[in-house]
Amino acid sequence: MTSKIEKEDLSRRNFIFGSIAAAGLTVAPGVMLYQTANARDLSKPASSKVRWGMLIDTARDVDWNKCVEACVKEHGLGNEEHSRVDQRTQYIRVVEVKNKSTGYSMSLPVMCQHCEQPPCVDVCPTGASMKREDGIVLVDRHRCIGCRYCMMACPYKARSFVHEVLTNQDETTPRGKGCVESCNMCVNRVDNGQLPACVEASEGAIVFGDLNDPESEISRLLAKHGSKQIRADLKLNPGVHYQGI
Amino acid sequence: MKKLHFLEVEGNSKGFYTLIGSFGLISLIGVLAAYYMEHHGHYVTGMSNQVVWGTPHVFAIFLIVAASGALNVASISSVFAKTAYKPLARLSGMLAMALLAGGLVVLLLDLGRPDRLIVAMTKFNFVSIFTWNIFLYTGFMGIVAVYLWTMMDRPYNNLTKKAGMGAFIWRLVLTTGTGSIFGFLISREAYDTALLAPMFIIMSFSFGLAFFMLVLMASYKYTDRPLGDYIINRLKNLLGVFVAAVMYFVIVYHITNLYSADHRGVSAFILADGGIYTFLFWVVQIGLGTLLPLLLLYGPTGKNRTMIGLASALIIIGGLAQLYIIIIGGQAYPMVMFPGMEVSSSFYDGVVASYTPSLPEVLLGLGGVGVTLLLVTISVAALKFLPVSLADDVANPHAK
Repeated sequence: MTSKIEKEDLSRRNFIFGSIAAAGLTVAPGVMLYQTANARDLSKPASSKVRWGMLIDTARDVDWNKCVEACVKEHGLGNEEHSRVDQRTQYIRVVEVKNKSTGYSMSLPVMCQHCEQPPCVDVCPTGASMKREDGIVLVDRHRCIGCRYCMMACPYKARSFVHEVLTNQDETTPRGKGCVESCNMCVNRVDNGQLPACVEASEGAIVFGDLNDPESEISRLLAKHGSKQIRADLKLNPGVHYQGI
Repeated sequence: MKKLHFLEVEGNSKGFYTLIGSFGLISLIGVLAAYYMEHHGHYVTGMSNQVVWGTPHVFAIFLIVAASGALNVASISSVFAKTAYKPLARLSGMLAMALLAGGLVVLLLDLGRPDRLIVAMTKFNFVSIFTWNIFLYTGFMGIVAVYLWTMMDRPYNNLTKKAGMGAFIWRLVLTTGTGSIFGFLISREAYDTALLAPMFIIMSFSFGLAFFMLVLMASYKYTDRPLGDYIINRLKNLLGVFVAAVMYFVIVYHITNLYSADHRGVSAFILADGGIYTFLFWVVQIGLGTLLPLLLLYGPTGKNRTMIGLASALIIIGGLAQLYIIIIGGQAYPMVMFPGMEVSSSFYDGVVASYTPSLPEVLLGLGGVGVTLLLVTISVAALKFLPVSLADDVANPHAK
């Protein structure tokens, strides 16, 4: 009897594990396929058919600091030992905005706005500050001479300068003393078919996607609800859009 | 007018070696300061992610602006055919090159990665005004060198006018480029105006001539060569005009800002509630650097050599203050991302950024001045830059 029960248990267990395994085997390729479908072929340059962008819903009750924490973790930031607070790198920050006359206030995350016409790219003497074909603006750390002209030019104060020798940098985010850096829209993750770290941590308040694809979620949301861009008057057409500002 | 005779300054003298030693030491300290900053990183400076260009830039831009201005004396002689300035043309061209070299050394050594100079010299983004400036600076060196050659090598004297015209046009473009480094910055209220380009040109006239006069008077004093009142009076009268012209541009800049609501903030900041920047503006730039020199140059002390020297020094100090206000004050004033709103963040949004110059920054900046003076001292001893006499009977073309 005992052995029969054991046998039945065993077979049930086998069945459950088997099912999970089978399900895993069925789903895994799908997940893999999904990732593969979204991942970029790294042997080819980024395509201008895509323009990556973000839509940030500031009306959502989200702790934006979680996005900051995710960014710090993803890029291995916060490892300065000597720099003063005003010298430390911040890729993304939470800005509190208050209307003095009405008293209305809100907070929103601000990072590199990945402009279509980025002033940082225009002013960079060496071409280290660049915009990829898919709209991601980033710094080539091997070409940056640390002149900091891009920091003077950026209307969003989105860039930081590495003020000291850094060690134990994150493999995917090579950072070094004397170079300028900023949010790169987690280009390493995006190329891999993943979402940027802040988007993942935003509990759905930040939607990431292809602005050029009218069927993408971000395009549909933008078409339906509209959006605002910070300093839209400068006509830089940032890839980062906001709702509720 | 007697025949002009140029001669090298005696290099084998105690005074000469003292000067070489002093300027060499200042330059060396500047280089060591840069090494210290480079070795540790910019955390040892007062600069931050808010004020990204600090005191070294103030000195560097001053020297670069003064460089093109120092060439004016030669331009007046060659381009505008004023023979009274001809004896000074060689010194003018050489000083222009030395000032530019001093400024560029500071600019280079303040880079985050000065070791990547080769990248800056080989990878170009031709949309960048910085890239244009790299060509404008190197081109300036080349064209002024040719200009000097035509002046100093008799068979080529007939080309001086053409070379001088080329150098004159080039220096106007160069300072337009320097001013546009700031003028093209749309994001900051203090900049974002085409007025900065012509304002930098007139600033160069003033700073360059003030520097030129100090070098001229010091050279003649140390070498016991005669320097008459005729040439000094012409120069100091011209200097006064330039100082007044700079003031005119400053007034137009602030009036324009104050007239439009979206630029009012930054001018109110500099003129009224900017703390150190307000002090520097009224006391150093306007009081000591503009009004007092005008008084010294045009008042009863106008013929006193010491007072003319003092006025020139004050103009330089006022010029440094002016660039400090433009460069550092312009960054310290908060960038407007949400017009009309009150903003705050962990990244110092909405607040006036603090900046205190650190010692290495100041030493690097002074090192640039040291490099300039070292080059001038070596040059006047190596080649025939200075006339033996600039006494009135030599310098005054109308003298009998």
